[in-house]
Amino acid sequence: MSVASRLTARRLTGRSSAWTRRRQLTGVAYALPTVFFVVVFFILPLLLVGQMSASDWKLLTGDKGINFPTNYGALNSSPLFWPAIEFTIRYTVIVTVLLIGLGLALALIVQETSRWVGMLRTVFLLPLAVGLAAASLLFWGFYSDQIGPVNPLLQDAGLIDKPILFFATHTNAFLSTVFMIIWKFVGLYMLILLVGLQAISTEYYEAASIDGAGRWQIFRHITLPLLRPSLALALILCVTGSLLAFDHFYLLTKGGPTTRRSPIVQLIYQQAFVRQNLGTAAALSLVLLAALLILNLMWFRLLRRGRQWHERTVEPRVDVRADALLRADGRPRDHLPVPARVGRGVLVQRAGRLGPGALATASATTSGSSTSRKACRATS
Amino acid sequence: MVVAAILILGACGGTTSTSTPAGGESAAPPPSEAPAGSESAAPAGSPSAAGAIPEQGVDDGSTITMWSRAATETRVQSQVDEYNATHKNKVELRLVPTDEYVSVVGNAATANELPDLFSADVVFMPNWTSAGLFADLTDRIDNLPGIENVGAAHIDASTWEGKEVRAAVHHRPVGVDVQQGPVPAGRPRSRQGANEPEGIRRRRRAVQALNIDGTYGTYFGGACGGCNVFTWWPIIWAGGGDVMNADGTEALLNSADAKEIYKTFNALWDEGVINPESQQEAGPTWTQPFPAGKVGVMPMPASLQESEGMPLDNLGVVAIAGVNGGESTFVGGDSIGISKDAKNPEAAWNFITWMLGDHNQVEVVAKGGNVVARTDLADNQYSSADPRLVLFNTIAGKGKTPLAKNFNAAFNDPQSPWIQLFRAAVFDDADDAKIDELNNGITSVLQE
Repeated sequence: MSVASRLTARRLTGRSSAWTRRRQLTGVAYALPTVFFVVVFFILPLLLVGQMSASDWKLLTGDKGINFPTNYGALNSSPLFWPAIEFTIRYTVIVTVLLIGLGLALALIVQETSRWVGMLRTVFLLPLAVGLAAASLLFWGFYSDQIGPVNPLLQDAGLIDKPILFFATHTNAFLSTVFMIIWKFVGLYMLILLVGLQAISTEYYEAASIDGAGRWQIFRHITLPLLRPSLALALILCVTGSLLAFDHFYLLTKGGPTTRRSPIVQLIYQQAFVRQNLGTAAALSLVLLAALLILNLMWFRLLRRGRQWHERTVEPRVDVRADALLRADGRPRDHLPVPARVGRGVLVQRAGRLGPGALATASATTSGSSTSRKACRATS
Repeated sequence: MVVAAILILGACGGTTSTSTPAGGESAAPPPSEAPAGSESAAPAGSPSAAGAIPEQGVDDGSTITMWSRAATETRVQSQVDEYNATHKNKVELRLVPTDEYVSVVGNAATANELPDLFSADVVFMPNWTSAGLFADLTDRIDNLPGIENVGAAHIDASTWEGKEVRAAVHHRPVGVDVQQGPVPAGRPRSRQGANEPEGIRRRRRAVQALNIDGTYGTYFGGACGGCNVFTWWPIIWAGGGDVMNADGTEALLNSADAKEIYKTFNALWDEGVINPESQQEAGPTWTQPFPAGKVGVMPMPASLQESEGMPLDNLGVVAIAGVNGGESTFVGGDSIGISKDAKNPEAAWNFITWMLGDHNQVEVVAKGGNVVARTDLADNQYSSADPRLVLFNTIAGKGKTPLAKNFNAAFNDPQSPWIQLFRAAVFDDADDAKIDELNNGITSVLQE
């Protein structure tokens, strides 16, 4: 290489690195505001909580110095700690199952456009407009035997002889609280899952119907797998929200009537503002944060696995169907061409069971459709 | 040893009362009125020319910030309104939701942002004075004329031994507990039994007798620690017993008298004469069933204001009886003090001295149907007109105020071991061994 060429190359390299540096600086500038907010509103408070959890820190008298690991040891010896853990997990499991199950059921009901669907969607979503504190107070009033209308109405209707004591026992209070939460949030989960449902192309359903798949088969083999991202989102939101539940327990019963009804955040509140021990409360907060972190990492991992599974199974399934139904010249096949592929896709499996005649009919029906054309383009 | 200040707006009176209140006169007092017997050290509203602070503080048009818990609204607001109407200073009152009060004060204390004045449930005072939340008013309180007529229980609660900072003046006695026997309109019936303060067995018979016509015999806060502190502990005190040791570090709630109370309520519960709603009563609606005519007899705060909405003519009042007779009450209420962060301490002191003055005690507190803070004013034209008010003032002298540094965590907290104890004893038939074990749980919290 000549000297001139080397100089030119060096100049070009220099320009390139300057350009790269500029781009890097620009990127840093774009990220700075976010970094600032994360540092100020998350990292620094987290560090403070960490310091607090390792200190003898009282609400009224402030920091009295490091006492690590006393606060963490105090958690284990607290008679309220393990019951709170047990209660929070139980509450989370029950509420998550109910919210996502009912949310999915409602989403399936209102996903089709019909005369009453608009009204139903509105009705299911309306409780979302009520704040959690307001909803809790509303239900506290409803449940109250002193001021609430529920017991008198039920008695007037002859449905009950004696007033129901909604908060008298642990079980009653738990069920009453869960009912309120379901009423309040089921619309949110319906909405999340409805968005997921509507993101599923109708082509899959059409194809499945043509192939003779029943409702349950369609739900199990198309809807659920393709709804996985929405379900994962709903799961993360619901589990996180339930583990952090506090407001409604506090407003409805102040965490009573027994110590078996105190969620973990209520315990944090109690340690901080009743026992006035910010150190123990901070230690408890970090334990909860760690649990949430682990859970969410698990969800993300499962979600990633799900995506990989989806890519391995669901996507090829569509291609297989197109291949299966059309010959190379674009005309419908009379028979399933590749028995080995049957195991890879549900649609092909179903079609295979229908027999050649049905398949021919189905293929003829869809051969000119955009579905088939797109599928063919995708596979070619 | 240190004392705090004191002032009482409500009740906590004593048994004697020789001196007249303002003699029954209701003329509006001058601004910065001093407590009975005091002489005005300086013209109202103006600091002395030498710059020394007048004995009664200053009334110079300052804005005084003040916090109180919402539960005291009726009593506090009327006094603040009266002060604002008669003084240049203006009190800006913030009523904090009762359940949030401790956390709000705690956060403000940490941030050095407490208002000029704030009040506290008297049972919180040892905790807050020991933490230095109040300014030291010892000298002023010691020299405050009429201080000897303020309930000793409140002064003790506002005093923290070994602390240089002490303060707190107090107002409004919440809790002289009484039994009330209502006769719902149109349903006259005998109240005999309900009005005879003789022992807990008599109470039991009264409850049973009044469990008629769809009205339950009695009601209590089955999930409310404070409610039963308020209404059951006087039963123990009336018999000469106690609920804690003198330091407030050991619970004595497994005594024979205490167990007798649990057994009595357990039996009444099993008999079905207690309003079933009691099992879930956490406090907010504790006083509602009685005025609504749903309950025959129950202990309630000693204030006729609490009974608004029901005909007072049908209201009988007796003192709470002990297991074997005697009578006592819970001398509750709020104490009020100047905070460590006060920006207008002299104006705040002016408000405090006015609160203890004759005019406020008689024309605002007593006239409103409340128990006065100063025992020398217990016999006034308003209380003498209603024998129930006389009883309130009288029984207060026989009552007690329990003191413990960890009172809130041990007794008032919704997860407190005290609630666990009485719920187990009344609703779950806990035996003596279980009660002893739960009592030890209270002691553990008291000693934290």
